[in-house]
Amino acid sequence: MARTALQDVLLTLVVSALLIWIMPMLIGTYTLTVLVIYGMLGLSLGLIWGFGGILCFGQAAFFGLGAYTYAIAAINIGESTLPMLLAVLVPAIFAALLGAMMFYGRLTDVYLGVITLVVTLILFKFVNSTAGPQYVIGKARLGGFNGIPGFQTLNVPGDPGAYIWGDPYYYVCAVALVIVFLLVTWLLRSSFGRIALGIRENEVRMGLMGYDVAARKTVMFAIGAAIAGLAGALFANWGEIVTPSLFSLGQSAEIIIWCIVGGLGTRIGPIIGAAGLAYLKFLLGQQSLIDNTLITGLILVLFVLFLPKGLAPAIAALFRAVFGRTRRKPDARRMRRARHG
Amino acid sequence: MAETVLETQGLTMRFGGVTASDNVNFKLKARELRCLIGPNGAGKSTFFKCVTGLLTPTEGHVFMRGQEVTGWHPHQIASLGVGIKTQTPNVLDALSVRENIWLAARRFHPVSEARDRSDEMIDRLALGSIARSSLGQLAHGERQRVELGLVAVADPWLVLLDEPAAGMSAQDVERMTAIIHDLTKTAAVVIVEHDMQFIRSIADTVTVFHQGAVLMEDHVDRVMSDAQVRAVYLGKKT
Amino acid sequence: MDLTFVIIVETLYAVASLVLISAGLAVVFGMMKVINLAHGEFMMMGGYVTITAVGLGVNVFVAMLVIAPLVVGLIGLVVERLVIRHLYGRLVDTMLATWGLSLVFIGLATMIFGNTTTGISTPITGFAVGNYQINGYNFFIIVVSIVLVIGIYAVLRGTRAGLIARGAMQRSDMAAALGYSPDRIYMATFFCGSALSGLAGAVLAPLVGLVPTSGGAYIAKAFITVIAGGPALIAGLVSSATSFGVVSQVFTFAISPVFGEVALLVLAVILLRAMPQGITGRLFKGKL
Repeated sequence: MARTALQDVLLTLVVSALLIWIMPMLIGTYTLTVLVIYGMLGLSLGLIWGFGGILCFGQAAFFGLGAYTYAIAAINIGESTLPMLLAVLVPAIFAALLGAMMFYGRLTDVYLGVITLVVTLILFKFVNSTAGPQYVIGKARLGGFNGIPGFQTLNVPGDPGAYIWGDPYYYVCAVALVIVFLLVTWLLRSSFGRIALGIRENEVRMGLMGYDVAARKTVMFAIGAAIAGLAGALFANWGEIVTPSLFSLGQSAEIIIWCIVGGLGTRIGPIIGAAGLAYLKFLLGQQSLIDNTLITGLILVLFVLFLPKGLAPAIAALFRAVFGRTRRKPDARRMRRARHG
Repeated sequence: MAETVLETQGLTMRFGGVTASDNVNFKLKARELRCLIGPNGAGKSTFFKCVTGLLTPTEGHVFMRGQEVTGWHPHQIASLGVGIKTQTPNVLDALSVRENIWLAARRFHPVSEARDRSDEMIDRLALGSIARSSLGQLAHGERQRVELGLVAVADPWLVLLDEPAAGMSAQDVERMTAIIHDLTKTAAVVIVEHDMQFIRSIADTVTVFHQGAVLMEDHVDRVMSDAQVRAVYLGKKT
Repeated sequence: MDLTFVIIVETLYAVASLVLISAGLAVVFGMMKVINLAHGEFMMMGGYVTITAVGLGVNVFVAMLVIAPLVVGLIGLVVERLVIRHLYGRLVDTMLATWGLSLVFIGLATMIFGNTTTGISTPITGFAVGNYQINGYNFFIIVVSIVLVIGIYAVLRGTRAGLIARGAMQRSDMAAALGYSPDRIYMATFFCGSALSGLAGAVLAPLVGLVPTSGGAYIAKAFITVIAGGPALIAGLVSSATSFGVVSQVFTFAISPVFGEVALLVLAVILLRAMPQGITGRLFKGKL
């Protein structure tokens, strides 16, 4: 467990390079791409919930916002680089405003859940009702429940004719996930991340220490939204259409389930949970004996009851038990720097 | 003449029809140690919460080093260099002792200095043997001591402690007393306390609260022998 | 004149249906501090029970007012014993587990009834007011929710069980210390809450085409109404249902039904931001 930052980065790079290389031999890259994107979406909630203590029932709102921003911008601009940036920025700014309103109002727990849920519903209902020709942003018609098809998909920056699709697009998404993962790692190792952890533990104490809890939570919330927005833009490129179902509560529920199943408070857990459950859903979709939703629900109930910490911590514990590396306390890694002092 | 670090003018706090704090005028000089005493419901804790920003007073003003801080958030008050310890132990349970103290030090110092300072504080409080344990596993007295460490490591010039000795063993109280004396070398300290034994051992000037207002303010010995104070504590009619 | 009458009836109906939708959730939240996110699916099941019973030849009112609440209440009892009781005091965990349950019920309903729309016709015919057509069934909904509110009030005020319930609502530990098993109180509460959800689903069933995912349309509104209502059960329910119902109807008539819904949601956000403890946390303190 006691790894330095360098070891952490190297391990991440080696493992992810291996996975990126091996996985296409097992699963088609088209499916794999969406698993990677879901992994990123899972990570976005895993970061703010597991490390920031912010339970967001509407992470899908930022996902959808990212996807729609990309689609609308791509139609208007006709090149993908700037739309990609906007797809990260718009959800982040939206989350910053929403977060500031909630966190400076000192809303917690359930109320946070209600408001994020309600905002998702508002977006869903609004976008769903924009079928009429009067709902236009620039050259892009919002299209209501039909969604927006036919936008410029990802191209090599500066060359709108050079589309990135198929296998190369899988590699782009996978590398993007690795970069986001490394950024999250860096964030959590920084003072900001450690302070966020303190805020998750006890907001009042952190306030009494002189930290502006509301501001920090707002920033954390915006970072989560930015990652979800990026995932949304990548998803839009993968599906080549965006529809209001991206904003749906069902989508939000799934993100939460990924995090619970994978393991909160870990970086890798939500990614594994997302990719694993999405793949399971894909496999189950090919049979009709048992309903898909039933299984998802059953998994969630069983995990909350019997394995509330999720898979990643359980596997890590098993791993330590088997290989007998239990001499160090679990918190040793985080205290690495202080130990050298 | 030492500078006044904490002052309240006409501080009043009402909850519905109840006046929990009634027109309190209070002054504290730099490096002074002051105990606030009074029976249950006398308004000590309400006064404490108004000063620390946990409550916004209905009327009146709070000044710290001459600056008006009425209605500020606790984090803004803490940022001035004010250390606050609440009544119940308020620590970060899932994190280790070292992380707890590091976080408090990091607020006012860069990373490397925060590390040195937290190490120093752990030595000073004799917490070395449990530095890596998470707070959730510690005994009550140890948790109180860590919380005091959180307050001290930030080098405050004003320290506000709500019942620091509550529920502690005699040995813990003794250690606590030493730490508080240490703090008064650089900071003014306000202690809200029930425990008379503890107050006798530590206090110099004492402010007595009764029914939300200040009843008297004097040296601890004179307060203890005062008939009116005794009556208030024993619940007799004066 | 006719339009005014129609608007008043429609607004009353909007408020009444919000009360109906939220009552079951409010009882469970008020008493147990448990948020049952499977509440919408309980309503969905109430609808299916009614349709099935009517299909078997039962009188529609018997099916709606007796059979559906009983069956759904029993399902609730099973759920409480199997899942919820392990999670008391863990608000977020119960929310997650009941969210999982809601998916399970959707899945089950899909397997049993298929992913198609079913429905029954309204048992009360409409009538015309001037140039406008009013659905007579709306009056039935208004009556049912008034009876429901009075009923809950009477039970809480007038019966021994209600007294225990009020005690448990304020201080469950004290109720336990006085010898009332919290386990049994919770069981009874969850049964009542589920039965109310079943009743609501059944009564509303003739107005909607029922699909296994119908519950989703209810849960958000019920959730918002209950949370915005705050700690007082009846006062909270009525006050927040009234504010939401009136606002959404005003915007529905002024602009469009979609804006009515959006206005309701925006109001919810504003209300919660201004009064994080709910309406009755600020006003009507200490009422039922």
